[in-house]
Amino acid sequence: MAATKASKEQKYDRQLRLWGDHGQEALENAHICLINATATGTEILKNLVLPGIGAFTIVDGHTVTGEDVGNNFFLSNNSIGKNRAQAATELLQELNSDVSGNFVEESPDKLLDNDPEFFHRFTIVIGVQLPESTCLRLGSVLWNASVPFLVCKTYGLLGYMRLVVQEHTVIESHPDNALEDLRLDQPFAEFQNHVKSYDLDSMDKKDHSHTPWIIIVAKYLEKWFSEHNCRLPKNYKEKEAFRQFIREGILKNENGVPEDEENFEEAIKNVNTALNLTKIPSTVEDLFNSEQCNSITSQSPSFWVMLRAVKEFVHNEGNGSLPVRGTIPDMIADSQKFINLQNVYREKALQDAAAVSKHVECLLQSVGKPPESIAEKDIKLFCKNASFLRVVRCRSLAEEYSVDSVNKDEITSCMDNPDSEMVFYLMLRAVDRFYQQHSRYPGVYNYQVEEDISKLKLSVNSLLQEYSFNVNIKDDYIHEFCRYGAAEPHTVSAFLGGSAAQEAIKIISHQFVPFNNTFIYNAMSQTSATLQL
Amino acid sequence: MHDGAIQQISMCCVSRMAVDGGHRDGGCDWDGRWNHVRKFLERPGPFTHPDFEPSTESLQFLLETCKILVIGAGGLGCELLKNLALSGFRLIHVVDMDIIDVSNLNRQFLFRPKDVGRPKAEVAADFINSRIPGCKVVPHFKKIQDLDESFYRQFHIIVCGLDSIIARRWMNGMLISLLSYEDGVLDPSSIIPLIDGGVEGFKGNTRVILPGMTACIDCTLELYPPQINFPMCTIASMPRLPEHCIEYARILQWPKEKPFGDTSLDGDNPQHIQWVFERSQERAAEFNITGVTYRLTQGVVKRIIPAVASTNAVIAAACATEVFKIATSAYIPLNNYLVFNDVDGLYTYTFEAERKENCSACSQVPQDLQFPPSAKLQEILEYLTENASLQMKSPAITTTLEGKNKTLYLQSVKSIEERTRPNLCKTLKELGLSDGQELAVADVTTPQTVLFKLNFTA
Repeated sequence: MAATKASKEQKYDRQLRLWGDHGQEALENAHICLINATATGTEILKNLVLPGIGAFTIVDGHTVTGEDVGNNFFLSNNSIGKNRAQAATELLQELNSDVSGNFVEESPDKLLDNDPEFFHRFTIVIGVQLPESTCLRLGSVLWNASVPFLVCKTYGLLGYMRLVVQEHTVIESHPDNALEDLRLDQPFAEFQNHVKSYDLDSMDKKDHSHTPWIIIVAKYLEKWFSEHNCRLPKNYKEKEAFRQFIREGILKNENGVPEDEENFEEAIKNVNTALNLTKIPSTVEDLFNSEQCNSITSQSPSFWVMLRAVKEFVHNEGNGSLPVRGTIPDMIADSQKFINLQNVYREKALQDAAAVSKHVECLLQSVGKPPESIAEKDIKLFCKNASFLRVVRCRSLAEEYSVDSVNKDEITSCMDNPDSEMVFYLMLRAVDRFYQQHSRYPGVYNYQVEEDISKLKLSVNSLLQEYSFNVNIKDDYIHEFCRYGAAEPHTVSAFLGGSAAQEAIKIISHQFVPFNNTFIYNAMSQTSATLQL
Repeated sequence: MHDGAIQQISMCCVSRMAVDGGHRDGGCDWDGRWNHVRKFLERPGPFTHPDFEPSTESLQFLLETCKILVIGAGGLGCELLKNLALSGFRLIHVVDMDIIDVSNLNRQFLFRPKDVGRPKAEVAADFINSRIPGCKVVPHFKKIQDLDESFYRQFHIIVCGLDSIIARRWMNGMLISLLSYEDGVLDPSSIIPLIDGGVEGFKGNTRVILPGMTACIDCTLELYPPQINFPMCTIASMPRLPEHCIEYARILQWPKEKPFGDTSLDGDNPQHIQWVFERSQERAAEFNITGVTYRLTQGVVKRIIPAVASTNAVIAAACATEVFKIATSAYIPLNNYLVFNDVDGLYTYTFEAERKENCSACSQVPQDLQFPPSAKLQEILEYLTENASLQMKSPAITTTLEGKNKTLYLQSVKSIEERTRPNLCKTLKELGLSDGQELAVADVTTPQTVLFKLNFTA
């Protein structure tokens, strides 16, 4: 047992550094459903099996053809004629013995007819190369069961993904460029006391040169405040003056030449960001104003309970600000000064988290739930990430497809540029229409390419008419889509395989932020777009 | 010029390719095997490359003649081999100097636990060849520097999945050295397109390089962020972060205490890492620093870059798509740099990286060294390593004095380093160098010496 855990730590080391042990745990508890083991499907699944999801089930009623084996790494030519779900499961299972692989030799339509609740058991369902009708039926079942649904399609040189999830909360969004939470514009009492313990004018050179820049800026801000009517430096001119003010504080030697004080240079360099006003990001304000935050019930997920508690904190102990994050960047300083300063922030963060905890307890009590329902460490994690909270809400497929609620504005405004990625979305919709009418895709066989162009054009026009899209689709795109002949080239499948797998991991782990809600990849130009439809 | 360059190269590649012979393979193909690929080779279309001509011969060209070299059989390499094989390429060579480690298994899907310790190139080739009938991947368990011009010249396209900037620059330099110029005009048939992929966590990039025509690796060296190395005084006397404690154990304590005899620290040896971990914890305790873990220790010592299957899949896919486009002229290739990041949604950005007029690798413009005669050789050495456009690692400087070859400074051979070290403190004048003197500089970042011209300033 211990050996397995150690070897898993080694095997997954490179990814554990991205989503941590708790993220990995979420993956290992996940059961993913893949519908259709085409090249796109198996590529997606490969990128989920390798990092160690708990289990997968492939649903596929198709029989393996020679064409299937040609573009699919997880089908071999001796599986031609066999059920595709079974054939692919074998070769995918072989990738990682930690993962449990299952298959159902059935079309999703049959399952929807006979046992729609079959899909309720999954953490996420990934549907690949699905015809529109199946997609919509499945979409409805999964929406009502609150099971996330990821629709993927490779069509010629295009990749398409659609995420359907009602409400997905993210505490750990891991933003690339986060601003520090230093509170220099509104220093808390404990920080002010700490700053008081420094007397820059009476320090010896060694201490002076190893004082953290945060302390330096704080000291100089105090002086500036007293000379400027308690106002922060607010424009370029004032900030320059402030920088100069700090520069004058650099020690000088007997000849009046300024010494080399890197910590002061750091202070000067950081003035701009240090003077950023502490404020609650608009994303978080929006969350505070949302329905789920303001009506906490016994059904409320812990995310909303914690968010409400933070909101209460903001209006009370926080004096209008979020709980202090508690981290500071590295800076030139001697060990003791740095650690002491770091501890001031850490302790404040703990204090704030404890206050938030009290609010959490009250809220839980008010809806009849025990205070232990939400763990202390989860509250601490929540507070630390308070500025970075995100909630993704995708529209349902029904909303996207209904004439009454279709996102006409987005579609027509994108199509102001007739070559924008939106044209591919419309073409994919048109091709689905073609399939509905002719029970096949356009241009699959060489002889069909020419004659299908006019038929596809009819599908395009019927689509535009039904939704009253006043847009123009160039003939070139109609021709190109006939040329594609519903091909699923491996490299495009592989691109989508990586993209979709990572979105699934985001949904499962609740870390990093999923896209909302339509992603189009164009392999011809190597460009992409995210559309909210 | 740029669009034209990218368009032109496909033509040249195709003409080179058509001239080369081919080897017709027997029937290991089954019905419909290449249907997905054929549609892009045998049908005309409105968005194809202007020189594209639909034909049934193109597939045969891919299957029998087109030779691709894949550099690296790791995270990107495994994906590249699969992608190329399933796109119709059969004559593939792969170079990788590494053996398989357990930590590779989360993404390098051609390897299994039983393969740990075996050469990546060989295991990868075996797997692909057995899974994809007809594919003939030839492995080379070697460093790229161990192969020469004649090896690299045989390929139509080279695609890199490397994890080191130095190796990338070397490869870049090698292909530039293969270029031939007639009366100052570049002969297009001497160009071997280089597709380069790189990944780090959830970020990645793909670029298309036509050596001598479009931006090369060195043209855009500033795009690569410099490696983080903590200042020695922080490590030695003023640690603040757990990382500082780990570096203290690695850089100062290990050489001093030699815990396992005269062996150097091996990041892959758990006992070594455990030792560093324990020393780091002790140091951290001394300074009240929290956060030293085994995982962090290993990460710092080995300079580990986090990696997942998904990013590797995306970038290798984009690279392979470009290989396909260039080999078949099916579409106009990427011109010339794609950036990808899926931390927040999915973000891609495509732009044209520009050539640097005086690029030290591809511009053929002699590199200028502006120094006063009173400058010490040390200053030139620092310039070569610290300048953002050069970023050399341990340059060896030689010149011709009185008709004889003289090594001014060379670091990589201990005896020569000791002998030439005093030169570092001498001035250029004292060394006998004159205005306009040519200095030849060799370094790991390039297979060819770079010529610099000394330009005395006042």
